[in-house]
Amino acid sequence: MSFAVRRLQKELSKIHKDGLPQGISLVKADDFDEWLLDIRVFGENPLYKGQRFRLKFKFGNNYPIEPPEVTFTTGLERQIPMHPHIYSNGIICLDLLSPSQGWSPVQNVESVCVSIQSMLASNRKNERPEGNDEFVARNTKSPKHINFVYDDPTV
Amino acid sequence: MMSDEEYFSDGSDGTFQDDSMRFDDVEEEDQYLEDTRFDKPVKKAYEVDFKVHSDQQIRSGQQAQFEEISNILGLDIGQAALLLRHFKWQKEKLIEQYMDNPDSINKAVGIRPEAHEDTKITKVKDFVCDICCDDGDSMETFALPCGHRYCVECYRHYLTQKIKEEGESARIQCMGDKCTMAFDASDVQAVVDDDTFTRYKTLLDRTYVDDRESLRWCPAPNCIYAIECGVRQKQLNQVVPTVLCDCGYQFCFGCGLADHLPCPCSLVKKWLKKCEDDSETANWISAHTKECPICVSTIEKNGGCNHMTCRKCRHEFCWVCMGPWSEHGTSWYNCNRFEEKSGIDARDTQAKSRASLERYLHYYNRYANHEQSAKLDKELYTKTEKKMTQLQSTSGMSWIEVQYLDNASKVLQQCRQTLKWTYAFAFYLEKNNLTHIFEDNQKDLEMAVEQLSELFEKPVDQLANLKVEMMDKTAYVSSRRIMLLEDTAKGLAEDRWKFNVELV
Ligand SMILES: [Zn+2]
Ligand SMILES: [Zn+2]
Ligand SMILES: [Zn+2]
Ligand SMILES: [Zn+2]
Ligand SMILES: [Zn+2]
Repeated sequence: MSFAVRRLQKELSKIHKDGLPQGISLVKADDFDEWLLDIRVFGENPLYKGQRFRLKFKFGNNYPIEPPEVTFTTGLERQIPMHPHIYSNGIICLDLLSPSQGWSPVQNVESVCVSIQSMLASNRKNERPEGNDEFVARNTKSPKHINFVYDDPTV
Repeated sequence: MMSDEEYFSDGSDGTFQDDSMRFDDVEEEDQYLEDTRFDKPVKKAYEVDFKVHSDQQIRSGQQAQFEEISNILGLDIGQAALLLRHFKWQKEKLIEQYMDNPDSINKAVGIRPEAHEDTKITKVKDFVCDICCDDGDSMETFALPCGHRYCVECYRHYLTQKIKEEGESARIQCMGDKCTMAFDASDVQAVVDDDTFTRYKTLLDRTYVDDRESLRWCPAPNCIYAIECGVRQKQLNQVVPTVLCDCGYQFCFGCGLADHLPCPCSLVKKWLKKCEDDSETANWISAHTKECPICVSTIEKNGGCNHMTCRKCRHEFCWVCMGPWSEHGTSWYNCNRFEEKSGIDARDTQAKSRASLERYLHYYNRYANHEQSAKLDKELYTKTEKKMTQLQSTSGMSWIEVQYLDNASKVLQQCRQTLKWTYAFAFYLEKNNLTHIFEDNQKDLEMAVEQLSELFEKPVDQLANLKVEMMDKTAYVSSRRIMLLEDTAKGLAEDRWKFNVELV
């Protein structure tokens, strides 16, 4: 059994036992390669009010030593949230998810969801990242291998 | 050939002088150039001082500095190492700033000198590892002085990933969220297996050499040596620092490319880029026909010879420079002088852009010709070895006696390399009365090289009789190369050359 599977099993049984924070729900966790979770943003933020967003987690064999690959996906009544750090193809620019920058193996699926939830909740800008169209048209790399510059402490 | 003594002119004790002084001190740097030119008469104008270090010496060089800092600041070796790496080995700066404000530096580097004994591997009662979520009293745990304790298995996994997959060494931090506490070598050794630790040490040595302007790894494949040289990046327009590794590879300390004397690094870079960009246009023009400079009828180039004869008016001219062939004598070598008056006139009748392409092509063809010959070097060398064996058996000469062939072959290779780059040099050189010396040197070297090369093609049974002639030619070719390099190197140091591009 791989390192990642052992850890994910523990995370899963904890989720089943204790549940997840408000606004976060597990949609699919049939295997230990890919999980789907839905998140909602509470409060009065008009950007996301009444909407649900779907996050896709992809785990490598080295999780949690290496971060999971986390992206937003579209689906029935699920759009990619508008945010200056979220590209329209669902790729999220967040230092927490970068292997060389903010990731710590102490993080887990739940804590990543909470971070992304609060990243949405605090945002007031109804816009995509700079150069979104070009990036979306061009990018073929997995988000983990993109060297984002995490230079904007305001969002 | 130069003797070893000329290369290793200063003591080789494995430790390095601190270079932070020289770094900012302009006078000191001028001093360096002065040394190069006048103080050591044995040294040629194009030679620089350098030292070859083995991986062992690289390691003991670091160790000596760790110990020094450890003594001065009262820290353990691992902490001293982290500090030195953080400060990119600038000792003076480190000591000054550490004396000033140790706390902020400790924090930035990720060390905690007062609590180092915590890092041992221990078992903790009722322990749960926050990473693998395993628990058990028998589980071995580890923590850096920050106290972020996880099981050893998780730390091993983490460090192995960092070292073997991500190639990190000098700046590995604690696994705790947002914790910047750093791993020193003994911490890493306590956790990982031997194989990973060996890799870790190799990576540390790499960063040591990479962090220092005075050191560079020999770029030859599988070579373990590093070269120390005092020439700085900003001096590269005045000197071409060519070094010879103990593995036999000769390369430029400034840019890491193979020996490119006499061309300064910045021109080499420009030239290589130009060759890349222009190769298609160059192919186009060289594959195409030209117009006769006299009657303007179309002429096709057949075969490799540059001697063209117009079918219509019988005008004889040179394909490369378009000048009359009568000015070329019997040898194409003379065509290295591109700016013949009649050639210019002839080219004026052609499009200007085409002329500049042809000018480029002139130099490129000669550059590529020598490069091609250089690529045959290996073949030539094998052939030489075979000839040496044959010669030993047919002439009864001893191994020592046939060494002249080996030497001749090496000199030939080296001179082709030099000639190749003289054409890139010449392409950017602005013609004036001083450049004639350079052109003459180039021509002489080229002729001597071709003569020596011809001698090589002789059948084996004649080679033994040619020994004296070959040794003479070899010595002559060597001396021509030295003469050319002396002139170009002095010209660079004295800022005598005018180039048609900016040296940046
Ligand atoms: Zn820590
Ligand atoms: Zn663990
Ligand atoms: Zn070498
Ligand atoms: Zn160079
Ligand atoms: Zn003609």
